[in-house]
Amino acid sequence: MEIDPFIFRLSIFILSIFVGYYVVWSVTPSLHTPLMSVTNAISSVIIVGAIIAALSGNDGVVFSSSSIYGFLAIILAAVNIFGGFLVTQRMLAMYKKKKKEK
Amino acid sequence: MSANISAILYLISGVLFILALRGLSSPETSRQGNLFGIIGMVIAVVVTFLSVGNFTSGFIYVLIFLAIGGSIGAFIAYRIPMTAMPELVAGFHSLVGLAAVFVAISAFINPAAFNLGTPGNIKLASLIEMAIGAAVGAITFSGSVIAFLKLQGIMSGAPITFKGQHILNAMLFILIIFLTFYLCSTQSSNLFWILIAVSFLIGFLIIIPIGGADMPVVISMLNSYSGWAAAGIGFTLENTALIITGALVGSSGAILSYIMCKGMNRSFFNVILGGFGATEQTSENQNKEQRPVKSGNADDAAFLMKNASSVIIVPGYGMAVAQAQHALREMVDTLKKNDIKVSYAIHPVAGRMPGHMNVLLAEANVPYDEVFELEEINNDFANADVAFVIGANDVTNPVAKTDPQSPIYGMPVLDVEKCKSVLFVKRSLSPGYAGIDNDLFYKENTLMLFADAKKMTEDITKNL
Repeated sequence: MEIDPFIFRLSIFILSIFVGYYVVWSVTPSLHTPLMSVTNAISSVIIVGAIIAALSGNDGVVFSSSSIYGFLAIILAAVNIFGGFLVTQRMLAMYKKKKKEK
Repeated sequence: MSANISAILYLISGVLFILALRGLSSPETSRQGNLFGIIGMVIAVVVTFLSVGNFTSGFIYVLIFLAIGGSIGAFIAYRIPMTAMPELVAGFHSLVGLAAVFVAISAFINPAAFNLGTPGNIKLASLIEMAIGAAVGAITFSGSVIAFLKLQGIMSGAPITFKGQHILNAMLFILIIFLTFYLCSTQSSNLFWILIAVSFLIGFLIIIPIGGADMPVVISMLNSYSGWAAAGIGFTLENTALIITGALVGSSGAILSYIMCKGMNRSFFNVILGGFGATEQTSENQNKEQRPVKSGNADDAAFLMKNASSVIIVPGYGMAVAQAQHALREMVDTLKKNDIKVSYAIHPVAGRMPGHMNVLLAEANVPYDEVFELEEINNDFANADVAFVIGANDVTNPVAKTDPQSPIYGMPVLDVEKCKSVLFVKRSLSPGYAGIDNDLFYKENTLMLFADAKKMTEDITKNL
């Protein structure tokens, strides 16, 4: 009997939870705020689904009932992606080491 | 583009996201990590364009909408003050949630575009995944909106509770399971809409009873939810990048919620059930007779610090409210010029979200290697001459160690009272978020400085 591809995806999912668990515990507490903003940005990879949905219309029909939701989702996800990565970058740029004593 | 190649590229983008989080293990590698994240995102988006392969007029619109959203996001990212990070993050979570709902709706209306079957005859597994993605997304959305309104002060931070709240929530959860079940057997679009509506309602109901002091937990929890919603959609789309990311974000948020709960010594369920910071404790304390406190002025404080050899600063959210972080750094610079050793002690739940205090200090150009976490620095208080508490309160309360009756008993606190002398900057003797009196105010070695944090800090600097 063949294994359902769903099982493979489930395996990836479960293993990723463990990867996430160990990676996040190694994040230094002083960077927890950037951690939240960057996880926010990467979870907006949901834009992949939004793009597929937006381009699902037939030829000539750009805005069908289903693609309109895709376009709306693109805007939301794009706000998050740009906003999330840029604000993270802005924060990380502020973390500086002590200047060496002269 | 062949399905196998795009699947591998999605996997690569998932791995890059893992590296993005890995980079945050130290400030030196973090900027590189963020870059990995951006590359991962670009790969995911480009691969999607190539695999859909539809470069007609719709594609132009996609780019236009992408640009609109992107410029809004960039504008917000550059304009937002660092004190408002919790609101920003809550707002962003709501967008992820809503995007998940929209994608699920679109997939339900036009399943053929996603290879999930035809309308009214969607594959069973896909339908379940879709329902989960949409429900969690909707909960994330309405929950985050409430969190945003509470943080922004538009809605009162006080917990809103009513009779039968928990029973109502439990019933709605059961309703969601039933709706999913019937949705799968009937494929009715009406049920799908009702499912989404009920989920919106649940998100709203589970956040309103949670008080302002618990916001760090709520934000982390919603962070986690937004991840699970993304993962649910990832299963529907059979997309590895989305599944990996969803799992990463989901566990990240869960860990942060755990850390925050531990920082307050409360169980997760205790926070979710809400109603903390209610009025019982405060009224009890008001009956107590006034105990004597020692208060001083900037001159006294400057004198104490000038004669100290080491000073530990304990900042809290009050410092951020008073915008005193820059004034504080100037004071510390002056102290350092006088060869006084200065370090900062940060409690896990200082500020309104995990790590919030660290960002605010970093913004004021405080080097991150002078800033220490609770476990790292707590033993040093006994050897320090002066502790300077600015804008923090409950996290320094020795009652958490001595009085089993106290609602914060068992909460890890900074051992500020072990210092030779304590300078406590505060506007009045009013209790903190937890609504309890701070014993530290009445200790022999505590000198209260009643003033606005920023003004007091500036005055001390002048007197040094």
